[in-house]
Amino acid sequence: MLGLIVLVGFLQSWSIALSILCLCLISAVMTMGANIQWGYAGLINFGIMGYTALGGLAAVLVSVPPVKEAWQVGGLNMILCAFLIALMVFGVRFITKKYNKSNKRNYGIALVIIVGLILLRLISGPAIESIEAVSPATTGFLGGMGFPIMFSWIVGAFFAGALAYIIGKIALGLRADYLAIATLLISEIVIAVIKHEDWLSRGVKNVIGLKRPVPYEIDLQTKEWFINLVAKFNQGTLNLITDALEKEQMLKQLVIEGSTVFVKLCFAGLFSVVVIILLIVTQKALYSPWGRMMRAIRDNEEAANAMGKNVVKQHLLIFVLGSAIVGIAGAMMVTYDGLFTPGSYRPMRYTFLIWVMVIVGGSGNNFGAVLGGFAVWFLWIEAAPIALFLINFFTSGLEEANVFKVHLINSIPYFRYLMMGVGLLLIMRYRPKGIIPEKIKHI
Amino acid sequence: MDIINAIVLLLNYIFVPALSYGSQLALGAIFVSLIYGILRFAYFTAGDLMSFGTMFTILFTWYFQSIGISLGIFPTALLAIPFAIIITTLYVLFKDKLVFSYYRTKKSPPVQLAMVSIGTMFVTQAIVRIIIGPFDRRFFDGEKFILKANEFKEMTGLNEGLTIKSTQVITLLVTIIVVSILFWFLNKTKTGKSMRAYSDNEDLALLSGIDPKKVVMITWIIAAVLATIGGTLYGLDKSFKPFTYFNNMLPIFAAAIVGGIGNPFGAFLGGYVIAFSEILVTYAYRKFFIYILPESLEPDSLLQLLSTDYKFAVSFSILVVVLLFRPSGIFKGKVL
Amino acid sequence: MTFFSGENMTGGYGGADIITSCTITVNRGEIVAILGPNGAGKSTAMKAMLGLLNLKSGKIFIDGKDISKLTPQDRVKEGISFVPQSRNVFTGLSVQENLEMGAFLREERIEEIIEEIFALFPVLKEKKAQIVGELSGGQRQQVALGRALMTKPSVLMLDEPTAGVSPIVMDELFDHILKVKKTNVAIIMVEQNAKQALSIADRGYVLVTGENKFSGTGKELLNDPEVRRSFLGG
Repeated sequence: MLGLIVLVGFLQSWSIALSILCLCLISAVMTMGANIQWGYAGLINFGIMGYTALGGLAAVLVSVPPVKEAWQVGGLNMILCAFLIALMVFGVRFITKKYNKSNKRNYGIALVIIVGLILLRLISGPAIESIEAVSPATTGFLGGMGFPIMFSWIVGAFFAGALAYIIGKIALGLRADYLAIATLLISEIVIAVIKHEDWLSRGVKNVIGLKRPVPYEIDLQTKEWFINLVAKFNQGTLNLITDALEKEQMLKQLVIEGSTVFVKLCFAGLFSVVVIILLIVTQKALYSPWGRMMRAIRDNEEAANAMGKNVVKQHLLIFVLGSAIVGIAGAMMVTYDGLFTPGSYRPMRYTFLIWVMVIVGGSGNNFGAVLGGFAVWFLWIEAAPIALFLINFFTSGLEEANVFKVHLINSIPYFRYLMMGVGLLLIMRYRPKGIIPEKIKHI
Repeated sequence: MDIINAIVLLLNYIFVPALSYGSQLALGAIFVSLIYGILRFAYFTAGDLMSFGTMFTILFTWYFQSIGISLGIFPTALLAIPFAIIITTLYVLFKDKLVFSYYRTKKSPPVQLAMVSIGTMFVTQAIVRIIIGPFDRRFFDGEKFILKANEFKEMTGLNEGLTIKSTQVITLLVTIIVVSILFWFLNKTKTGKSMRAYSDNEDLALLSGIDPKKVVMITWIIAAVLATIGGTLYGLDKSFKPFTYFNNMLPIFAAAIVGGIGNPFGAFLGGYVIAFSEILVTYAYRKFFIYILPESLEPDSLLQLLSTDYKFAVSFSILVVVLLFRPSGIFKGKVL
Repeated sequence: MTFFSGENMTGGYGGADIITSCTITVNRGEIVAILGPNGAGKSTAMKAMLGLLNLKSGKIFIDGKDISKLTPQDRVKEGISFVPQSRNVFTGLSVQENLEMGAFLREERIEEIIEEIFALFPVLKEKKAQIVGELSGGQRQQVALGRALMTKPSVLMLDEPTAGVSPIVMDELFDHILKVKKTNVAIIMVEQNAKQALSIADRGYVLVTGENKFSGTGKELLNDPEVRRSFLGG
């Protein structure tokens, strides 16, 4: 797999190869999250998109400096709202605990929720309006904490985990395919909220220019040590050039190219660390007594239940853990892109593609998940050149201006869907356990 | 007078649009529900099958237009639907033979079949985008309105106008016809009853000599017919865009589950439940209250429960509530 | 030559053999009960005769014809009808529709057969438009019997028809089974309630670990001291 990426480096460019590598790593993290839920516990989570977006939101809320003006005009009200929501939750819990199942209890809960919602509207309405009015072209939201963006990887995990806890509490009792549909729909709700609550996330106006954990290209290009490094690396090429001026220009060009490669290398390094840590932890977990118990629950829920394992609790735990990992990936992705665009979260790319990765890689196997993430992302990106090659090959008998050929070439971007679909179907048919099937050591 | 104005207002902005949107959802939800009942898996290709059928309706419409055939005041698409249905039927049957039948004979768990239907979803999406592209297309021709707001105002002397688009009437009429035929088929014919029996108790159906191959084939044909008709009606009323159709899968699933999955009649009603609640909750009632309340009480805010951005969120929330408190759906489907 | 027989049947569900050279025969107008302790292979023997299980050896004959290689659906066409122990009705369909589904393979008019069934089980006629899911347990069993009789079978196989019904309903059900017997149908039933079953059965087989251990008429078995001691509780 790495060989293929290196090949892209030689054939296309190193910058492209490294961006593929970075996204492969991010995909691997997402796939591991989904794989933990599906492979360890047999839970179907079609809400990957929602947790990814929440991770991204975490990146914004952690790294962007707070917008003081916005806090002044509406901060107090929003904090009040947060308290109100907490109060509502406690109110509902209080009622459910205090009263037995009855109409009275239902009305009580409804009353608390309705009154709460009205109050929320009254308090937040004007505040949101004034927050969004604070220089809307650049801010128009509350901003974040102004911490280094790396923190968001952990915060993202907590956000996603917290959401998963709520969803899990509600939906985990459902049968597998109901859970799939419910999580899919809930993730759409999450995206709707992020898209339209401008005071929180700027919504479809996007947040750009997030701070990076690694150096910026422009800065690098002026640094003495970096230029020396590039010169050292390309000594051979540079020595060939005799003309001093030309050499100077060549070096400049190389430094610019080198800077983007260097930045992406840094990202790839950071992401690799995350992937490796997660791999170690998940592998350890898989072969621990806890991992054995999870497999037992997956393979025979009733038997595990009868043996006194708390299936519901374990399912909830694994649902939260897996989602948290996806949240990390979401934060990593926004960190890498340097921008947060809620409009770009679509289920095909962020939910179903990840599932293709899980199935292709081999559910229940962490290495399989990583490999699935790499292979599928690589194919997803390189599908267009492959399709172009194939189309040219098969229509080589036709002339350039042939309507059919032109139409096909114009539709190249959509061949990736075809490849994903056919690939998924073939794997499900002929290697239903994925490229690397789950291997269980019997100790 | 004000009361009548208020009622017309609600009719115009809530009732009429919700009725046609609900019909379009209902057609989708019925076939999702049937597939769930008989083939026993969640068919994630639903939205894309609708876009597949609609695409062929559009292609045939273009063809008819190019050779000068039209239906006068009716949209040409109505003429194209039967041809599109034939192609869509062939497509689903081919897909079943090539993909789904393998897992059926192996008796794979429903989850695996749902996963497979995600594979076919990718493929169907690719086919549609490669053939017709991802763009937004309108293919409506013929007479656009049956009743225009101005005409209505002149006729009745009311302040509020009532607009009825011909697509809305077509949607409603076609839905009534299609759904009546379908339920007649399911409840009165031997084949239809055998389908219900198969959905109810597969083993006993086999013991009674019901041919599973035939039941499955008819299910797919019904799915193709409903998907093509529902998709075309939606496209005539609004517009055709593959991505929107894919997204429509979500309210369709919501409708099927709310109605009690596996129960086609429930799914039919579920479509309207979803459509009406989406529109009722996101409508701004300010004008309505201006009509019915005395002047002193007139509201100054929009009186909208939720912004229209949350349209989808409404139906999903209903779904979550239904799943929690009545997992077999409002109208009792399979108990899961 | 008996009318319907499974001879020296050996087989199981893939793993170990559950029945070994087990023989069961029945004639028209006769009730045969298959008895035995739990796990003796009673239901398995019956399923083997129906074709729901692949036999390693042994043959099934009906009216002198070898049907060992036929699928269950084809055996239904040969006149064998089966009432499973559970899920033996279409709960979402009406009584009438259940009966119609029973006669799914019949091309000719089925109204007459339905009338015959109604004559046999009068309560079904009153409730013919009702959804079966709303009926009582005893009525459901009648629907299940009726559905199985719609093919006008020559052999009727009942898998624990009285499981989970009250003693009163059980007596009523046995009465119905006797009525069916009078229409010249061969009846095989697997039963837990050995005493009651033998009281209406003409003959009985006692299976132990998949083999015929005892066989004989109902009276013989009831009076056999060994059978009494081991299965009838003294």
